[in-house]
Amino acid sequence: MLEVQNATKRFGGLIAVNQASLKAAAGSITGLIGPNGAGKTTLFTLISGFERPTEGRVLFEGQDISRDEPHIRAQRGIARTFQIVQPFAGLSVVENIAVGAHLRHARRSDAMARAQEVGRRVGLGPELDKSASSLTVAGRKRLELARALATEPKLLLLDEVLAGLNPSEIRDIIPVIRAIRDEGVTILMIEHVMQAVMNLCEQVYVLAQGKIIAEGPPAEVCDDPTVIEAYLGAGAAERLKREKVHA
Amino acid sequence: MTLRDIIPIILIVALLAFLPVFVTANTVLNFLVFTLIIALTAQGWNILAGFGGQFSFGHAAFFGTGAYAAALLQVRLGINPWVAFVIGAAAGALVGWVIGYLSFRSGLRGSYFALVTLAFAEVLRILANAATFTGGAAGVLIKLDVRPENFQFESRAAFFWIALALVGAVLVLTRWIERSRFGAQLVAVRENEAAAKALGVDTLRVKLGAITLSGAVTAAAGCLYAQYFLYVDANIAYGTWISVEAILAPIVGGIGTVFGPLVGAVALHGLGEITKLAAGSIPGIDLMVFGSLLVVAVAFAPDGILGLLRRFRRPAQPTGASRHA
Ligand SMILES: Nc1ncnc2c1ncn2[C@@H]1O[C@H](COP(=O)(O)OP(=O)(O)O)[C@@H](O)[C@H]1O
Ligand SMILES: [Mg+2]
Repeated sequence: MLEVQNATKRFGGLIAVNQASLKAAAGSITGLIGPNGAGKTTLFTLISGFERPTEGRVLFEGQDISRDEPHIRAQRGIARTFQIVQPFAGLSVVENIAVGAHLRHARRSDAMARAQEVGRRVGLGPELDKSASSLTVAGRKRLELARALATEPKLLLLDEVLAGLNPSEIRDIIPVIRAIRDEGVTILMIEHVMQAVMNLCEQVYVLAQGKIIAEGPPAEVCDDPTVIEAYLGAGAAERLKREKVHA
Repeated sequence: MTLRDIIPIILIVALLAFLPVFVTANTVLNFLVFTLIIALTAQGWNILAGFGGQFSFGHAAFFGTGAYAAALLQVRLGINPWVAFVIGAAAGALVGWVIGYLSFRSGLRGSYFALVTLAFAEVLRILANAATFTGGAAGVLIKLDVRPENFQFESRAAFFWIALALVGAVLVLTRWIERSRFGAQLVAVRENEAAAKALGVDTLRVKLGAITLSGAVTAAAGCLYAQYFLYVDANIAYGTWISVEAILAPIVGGIGTVFGPLVGAVALHGLGEITKLAAGSIPGIDLMVFGSLLVVAVAFAPDGILGLLRRFRRPAQPTGASRHA
């Protein structure tokens, strides 16, 4: 479905993404984890077309899309959410979602009907007619998800949609994400909430300082000493092991 | 768009159409026609800036192109004024597309876009003022030849109805924008361009569509102006005054709304006329009224007169979470 081949992104002297490769199989949920500043969001901008890779390619359904504009990629079936939410603040919730729905529905009435459906599905039913700017953090995250989903994507890129939610809100939204996958949408998600990663992802990639340092099923990856050190600093894996032995 | 969406438009236009039955004084009709021309100019601006968020400060570029095209095509090339009118509007669309292509392609927005449009209008003004084809500083005079097939009428009321029909047509066009995919995407561009792109909106195409329509509408107002006053020069056609009129009316009436430009034009010029009558001939008194009204609008009614009315109609609007609890 999606394949990133040796993608590199430089911002001046800074290398945000460094020779990163990853694959997301059709119908799967793939996780992308890593410390803050690792380059995860930048990798998403390369996949969704907001930035172009300095080197490397992005393949979608076998075709090189590295040079396509963002709206072309959306038409092909790639939808993204923004880590820093980007609502259409002056519009109502349902109007926000309808902009996404219009990608596949030309008529206003069809798009609005679809938007209501999608909105209810992600739990925004009671909020549909409110102004988007009146939503709470959790509501805004749901709105990001709803708008992306309304474009009827094949591949959904979720950038920390659970960040800032409380545990009960997270518990509510996990089944929604799984249900989206069960309908055949491939999902690639950046996530810090490990409970969700463990719960949802079949495959996980770990990005640190722009490089993919590990990949595999979530349980394996979390035990990987390189991964632990990337999060907690050099020597951390060793220390943890010693502590376990002593305990 | 359904019939129900345009019923208010039909009603208001029908009501206004009776005005010439009650007022027959030429000065009043002059005022009404002029106000409608301003409203039409502002309707064009409102499509681009009100719905699309692209604030032009140079709508004179379109108004002037329409005015000069209407005048020159008939005076220099002997083309029928009705045909010249259509070509004039099309020329405005073309100028809109070109300005849009040059500025939106290079990613100009906000005050940069505003400045570039202002610069285009100024360049056109200077060119029109210098070229011999446009009559230079002396301008172009359209020969008085009162025949309907010549777009000249014995009665000012006829002209009023034509201007009103155009304003009505653009009211319908704007309502269509409000109810269409194009409009939803245009508003999305205004609200957040990055988010719009992510949702598959071809933001360049949408902005180009808006500036092209906007240019055509404002140019149509310019054509009407030339045809009504039978005279055009660079400072009238491409002058900053008309760019300012195009902005003020929607801001006062209600930016990004269907009726805002019309309401604003009537309010501004109505009040301007009344003060002129009341205060006698103090020069610039109407401009002072304009200025004060603008300050009042920006400070107390950011959504214009229509926004104010809406607030009065629904005073107990519940806010936020309580509404569905
Ligand atoms: N547009 C940009 N210009 C310059 N530097 C950027 C830009 N976007 C991201 N960066 C930098 O790239 C690095 C990776 O950022 P990001 O991809 O947001 O990390 P993550 O999402 O993993 O936390 C950071 O050091 C960030 O400051
Ligand atoms: Mg990030």
